Formats: sequence, C-alpha cells, structure tokens
Amino acid sequence: MSTAAPLLDVAGLVVRYGVVTAVRGVDFQVCESEIVSIVGPNGAGKSSLISAIAGIVPPAAGTIAFAGQVLAGIVLEDVVARGLALVPEGRHIFASHTVFENLMLGATVRSDTDGVHADIARLFESFPILRERARQPAGQLSGGEQQQLAIARALLSRPRLLMLDEPSLGLAPAIIEQVYALLRSVREQGVTILLVEQNAERVFGISDRVHVMSGGKFGLSGRAAEIKNDLRFDAAYFGVHMQGAAGNR
Amino acid sequence: MEQLVQSVVDALSVGSLYALTALGIGLIFGVMRLINFAHGELITFAAYTLLALFGLPVPLTLFGAIAVAILLALLTERAAFRPLRNADPTTLLISSFAVSFLLQKLLILVVGSRLKGLDFLPVLGRRIDVLGIRLQLLQIVTIVVSAVLLAGLTWFLQVTRLGLHMRAAAEDFRMARVLGVRANRVIAMAFALSGILAAAVSCLIVVQTGVVQPRMGLQLVVIAFVGTVIGGLGSLTGAALGGFLVGAASILLQALLPPDLRVFREAFVFVAVALILLFRPQGLIPARALKERI
Repeated sequence: MSTAAPLLDVAGLVVRYGVVTAVRGVDFQVCESEIVSIVGPNGAGKSSLISAIAGIVPPAAGTIAFAGQVLAGIVLEDVVARGLALVPEGRHIFASHTVFENLMLGATVRSDTDGVHADIARLFESFPILRERARQPAGQLSGGEQQQLAIARALLSRPRLLMLDEPSLGLAPAIIEQVYALLRSVREQGVTILLVEQNAERVFGISDRVHVMSGGKFGLSGRAAEIKNDLRFDAAYFGVHMQGAAGNR
Repeated sequence: MEQLVQSVVDALSVGSLYALTALGIGLIFGVMRLINFAHGELITFAAYTLLALFGLPVPLTLFGAIAVAILLALLTERAAFRPLRNADPTTLLISSFAVSFLLQKLLILVVGSRLKGLDFLPVLGRRIDVLGIRLQLLQIVTIVVSAVLLAGLTWFLQVTRLGLHMRAAAEDFRMARVLGVRANRVIAMAFALSGILAAAVSCLIVVQTGVVQPRMGLQLVVIAFVGTVIGGLGSLTGAALGGFLVGAASILLQALLPPDLRVFREAFVFVAVALILLFRPQGLIPARALKERI
C-alpha cells in the first residue's frame, strides 16, 4: 500500500436486512490505480458490501469515504457523480433500449455532450461489437456482449473507481478471459477497480490485493500472490468451521 | 354509407379520449407501479377550472385548466405518493383511492354535487361537410388533438434526454438511479405529463357533454383503466391501444346492436374484456419484465 490517502476508505461497515446481518464490521482501503478483489462463497456478504459502497443499501454502522469525503447521507443517484460507477451482478442492462441508448444512460451525470460522443466513439474502437449493434435492442446481445456493454456504460460516467459485482457470472471461460483483459486495459487508463468474485482463482492474476470474505467478515487479506499460496485460504474462504475442507481453487 | 362513416368517426373520437386517459394512467404506472385512480380528479378539477374561468378569453381558460391539472398532479405526488415511493403496489393503489375520494368530497363540499351546465366552445358543436359527409367539428378536433398529443409524447419519450431517463426508470428504476437518473425529477415529469393529458381529456369531454359534475373523472378513469389492463400494464403503446379499443368498442356496439340491447352495451364491452384477459392475461402488448432488483 502506498502512503498516499486511499481513494476508497471503508471502516467498520455493517449492513443489515431486518434481523439478518450480511456484513459484520469490515475495514479496507483501495488506493488510486489499484485492483482490489473481494472473494468469497455465495452468501458471504460480498454483494451487500459493494451495494452499500454504491449507495444502494444504507449501512447500519461504519463509514465509507471516497476521495477524502464521507459518503453518508447522499442519495443513490448522487454517488455516480462523485466518481464511483457500479457494474451490478446480473449486468442490468436496459433490454428494450438500444445499445446506444444504454451507453447514453451511462453518461447521465455528464453535461458535456461532445465529450460523451467522443468517449462513445473511443469505446466503439475497443468494443467493435457494440458499434455493430448500436441501433439494436440491448436485450438481443449475448451474455458476454451484455457484460461488455455494462462495463462500457459504467465507464461513460468517467469514474475514478469502477466496481464490478461478479462480472464473470454465467459467462463461458473464453468470454471471461476477454472481460478480464478488458479490465486490465481499463486500469491502464488510470481507473481504479474494486472487483467482487466468487471464483477466487480468476482474480489472483489481475489483482494487487485480495480480501477473502466469509460470514460477513474478511478472514484473510493481503497481496494477491501471498493469498494465492496461503495455507489459511480455504479456512478463510469456507469459514473456520470447515477448516481442512477441499478448496475452491 | 354516411351512417357507417359517422359511426367510425364517432368511435375514433371516443376511443381517442379513452386512449389519452389510459396513457395518463399508464405513464404513472410505468415509473412508479402506481395505479393512480386519482387521475380522474385531475380531469374533474380541470373541468371545474373551465367553469370557474368561463367568460375569460378561451386561451386563458384552457391555460388555466392545464395549469390546475399539472399543479394538482404534482401536489398529489409530493403529498401522498412520494412518502410511499417504495411501498408495495397494493398500498399505492389504496392510497390513490384515498386521494381520489378526498379530492372528490372536497369538491362536493365547496361547489356541491349537482351537475352544472357549461357551454364551453359551442362553435365545436357545428357540423361541417367533409367529402360530402356531415361530421361534427368536435369529433375532428378530438381526433386531431389526440393524435398531436400522442405524437408529442412519443417524441418526448424517444428523442429527449429526460424521455430516455423516464423510459429507463420504467424498465429498471434502481439501475437508472445507479447511473444517476434522478428519481424525483423523472416521477414529477410523469405526473406533469399525466396532468396535461388529463386537462386535454377534460376540455374535450366538457365541450362534448356540456356539463361538469364531481364524479365525471372517476367514471372515465374506471373505463380507461380497463383499457390499460387489456393493453398490458406497464406498456404505453398497450395502454393507448387498450383505451382506444374499449372506447371505440362501446361506440360501435351502440351503433350496431339492435335497439333493445343497446342499454347493455357496457356489458358486451366487459364480456369482450373478460375474454381478452382469459386468452391473454398479460395484456395485448405486455411490458417487459416488471421491475427487477439489483
């Protein structure tokens, strides 16, 4: 970690749905131009954590600071204007809208129309399939193409931090490779990335740091290369009670 | 021949009125999943505004009716529906009944429940010759006004930025907000548009019937709502088509049924509605997946 102030600083975060506590006190930071991943099994609280950071669910306790400013109390639609963009689980593209309209919706918070069109033209260079299908309803795209669209849409808000919730979910291995190659090039353009994945093996190659989450808490945190070879990984991933069980590696 | 053309024009104009009313209901349902029965009171209040301003220059009267309908729509949203933004559709429906009753009773309290005559724009009652067939000017005006409003609304939704935001919000409100679409602005715009549609219907119906009464809006809305349902709740094209079909069907039945069966024409309309829902429960033009969560 660098000594500069972190871009995202989460402290003591708790998320509750009624009587169910999904996130039980999580602290972590993401620094400028890092890729940080949170891995864990289904139900570990990963989505709840990222939803709280994105402003979708209000935290029950703890603070979220972005670029030095606390995000408490701001409404959902203001989060993206601060520079945080979310690619949610399941992509949530607007199926009946055209691909182009989906991209325009990604630029909702921007008022520089010329800049938006220039950005779309540039994105079309990196995503030729989106240019080909620009006038078609987005619902007609394949799963991988929809994931590309969801990422392109998020990038159009010109975020400082791009958050992705299970971007590989439901995609074929070859397509997942494409999505990850895309994330690398996004980071090269200076965008910081916070990635949530169930499949831990995927994220080791791309991440700087990895947090292993289970039962609403981080069980293990460190540099990707260290976590990959850490014997405590399985215990952290599956929770201490299943220590020694076969790993999802 | 003349009889037939007149019946068709009749059906077109009444169908258009119900289509505009159903669109007003459909717009709000689209962005909020609220079935707004208080839409009827927007129509009623606009009509009473025409009555109150009667005698002033016509453009001023029309402007007053539109302004009152828009302001009332925005007021009901702010006071009654915004606090229930994330409530389930049943709660929203019941609160819309409450708003409808409150406004209706308030009106009766102030102006009484008696029907009042209002001879607004009598010039539209004249008959004119179109290709040798005598048609009422009002019917032509009704069809033209409806077509213009329909085209304007389509343009707004398809071409403008706010229209794009409204369509996105209707499809997946949460995701639209994640992208920065402002919920309050989109919903207020939908209510304002429903106010404009209600005012248009109100003016046309007042010219046609020549009377105003406190229950006039609710009667229209109940029939138009049936149109929204057979069209497919959540689809604007469906709402316009469904409203149009219900209105047109009741007029055509009036013309085609044997005289002693005409009093039962509404029964025939509702039998047709029941049949449509039996075979197409999702409506004629169903909306895409209603509301998913992130």
